[in-house]
Amino acid sequence: MTDLTLKIEDLKLGFKSWSGVNPVLHGISLHIRKGERVALVGESGSGKSVTARIVLGMLQELSASRISGNVLFEGEDVNAMRAKRHRALRGTRVSMIFQDPTSSLNPVYTIGRQFFEVLCRADPAISEKDARQKAASALDDVAIHEPERVLDSYAFQLSGGMNQRVMIAMALVNNPALLLADEPGTALDVTVQAQTLKLMSGLVEKHETAVLFISHNLGVVREFADRVYVIYKGNIVEQGPTDALFADPRHPYTKALLSAVPRISGGGIPDIAEDMDGFHDPLIAHEGYSERELLK
Amino acid sequence: MKKAFVILTRNPMSLAGLILVGTVIILAVFADFIAPFPEHRGAVVDFVNFNKPPNARNWFGTDLVGRDLFSRIIYAYRISLMLGVVVLAIAVPVGVSLGLMAGYMGRKTEFIVMRITDIFLSIPPLVLAMSVMGLLKPTLTNGMIAVTVMWWPWYTRLIYNITRSERQEGYVLAAEVLGASKLHIMFREILPNCVPSILTKMTLDFGFVILIASSLSFLGLGVQPPTPDLGSMVAEGARYLPDSWWLTVFPGLAILVVVFGFNLIGDALREILGVDE
Repeated sequence: MTDLTLKIEDLKLGFKSWSGVNPVLHGISLHIRKGERVALVGESGSGKSVTARIVLGMLQELSASRISGNVLFEGEDVNAMRAKRHRALRGTRVSMIFQDPTSSLNPVYTIGRQFFEVLCRADPAISEKDARQKAASALDDVAIHEPERVLDSYAFQLSGGMNQRVMIAMALVNNPALLLADEPGTALDVTVQAQTLKLMSGLVEKHETAVLFISHNLGVVREFADRVYVIYKGNIVEQGPTDALFADPRHPYTKALLSAVPRISGGGIPDIAEDMDGFHDPLIAHEGYSERELLK
Repeated sequence: MKKAFVILTRNPMSLAGLILVGTVIILAVFADFIAPFPEHRGAVVDFVNFNKPPNARNWFGTDLVGRDLFSRIIYAYRISLMLGVVVLAIAVPVGVSLGLMAGYMGRKTEFIVMRITDIFLSIPPLVLAMSVMGLLKPTLTNGMIAVTVMWWPWYTRLIYNITRSERQEGYVLAAEVLGASKLHIMFREILPNCVPSILTKMTLDFGFVILIASSLSFLGLGVQPPTPDLGSMVAEGARYLPDSWWLTVFPGLAILVVVFGFNLIGDALREILGVDE
């Protein structure tokens, strides 16, 4: 299949320590097609973020990591790449946005300067003037009304929501094939988060960027994703289209996760033990949404 | 930068420091025009006016061979300042680069660099400088080498600690994700964020370098006569205390003025730039 942006097959990850190898991922499989928005949902420590790091080739460089399985990015095996190739892909074909936008921007450079460096990644010969123009139009795309002023500002002079939009603009300015969004906007308040997600959603549609959306926020996932993978302790436990999964959660862990969402109508958060019966049940895929069926 | 300078002149303490340091720098740079007896920096003998207390002709008095102390102190400043500049110009880049490497790369680099730093830091600074001077001939150049050798580990340790905490910051991760090279991240991303600390420490250290260099020449291990040096001037005069008090008091005060001045500026910078140690 040519329109497969990312395909992960039976990915296992462990970290070597004094007492042996600590397994982190137990063989997960997922894929994202061009322009598709896929969410990876799970609790803290379930292995969401390390998956993103593997896609970026950042864990392969660690001598303590033990990785097996296939990670294919546009048909190219990420695990087999050299570090130099990883770096060449980052920022140009794959980009990432983070939880806390303000700390993701270097405090000593202006936004414009940082844009320039990002653009240089894709086109080393770009002139400062062209870069500025491109940056301004990218900021315009994320509904920033005074791009010129923002370009001359430092990150601490802008609000968190503005920085988030700047980050999104920066992540998409080189037209990457894949955007990894690691709990974007968790550090922001809910209304701003909703607003920026809407923007991001529109932009990735326009650019036909595939998105791996990593989150523990089910409300956000429901708004944003086309398909959902639920990950628990290094295993994918349920997968399916967003609507079906939210309407009819089948895996005990997904059920527990959904019932743990605080509701405006009240009612306390139910007691969920860290490790309840059935949490380790095998993967449940909704009809027509197993990896085999989707990859046909 | 300009703003910092304006703030420096507002605070009375740092203004005093700026005036002291500024005066010293002007004296040293224009020594040839300011010093009443420029030829007295060398081996000049004037037995008519030897060992005179301060008077209208010789403001700070004369030494045992009749040389004007005021002129000699001005020329000694020139050497002290040059020493400070040279020592920091070598120690800071070396120390900072090693600190960045150790802090950012971690693992083996970190282990090797930081253990070597520890070895240097575990030897009392003056003893280290003295042993270097003992191995080499006591000249100005070797004095600079000796002080440089004992000075770089402090910068390595400072920058190592800052880098370790900056490495956790989001912007470093963001740069890594963008595919920036290690060199780029160390020198273009992390280093600019260390500048306030480096600047503050350099200002404070400038005074201390002069102090240490003076201590070395006080012990006879630094600049050799007849070149004027504050430390050796104090050492020479100390034998004739308390009768010829001007021989030690004025060079001693000269050391105090420059060290004090740099310290006042350094303290003010630390406050302005929000550096905490």
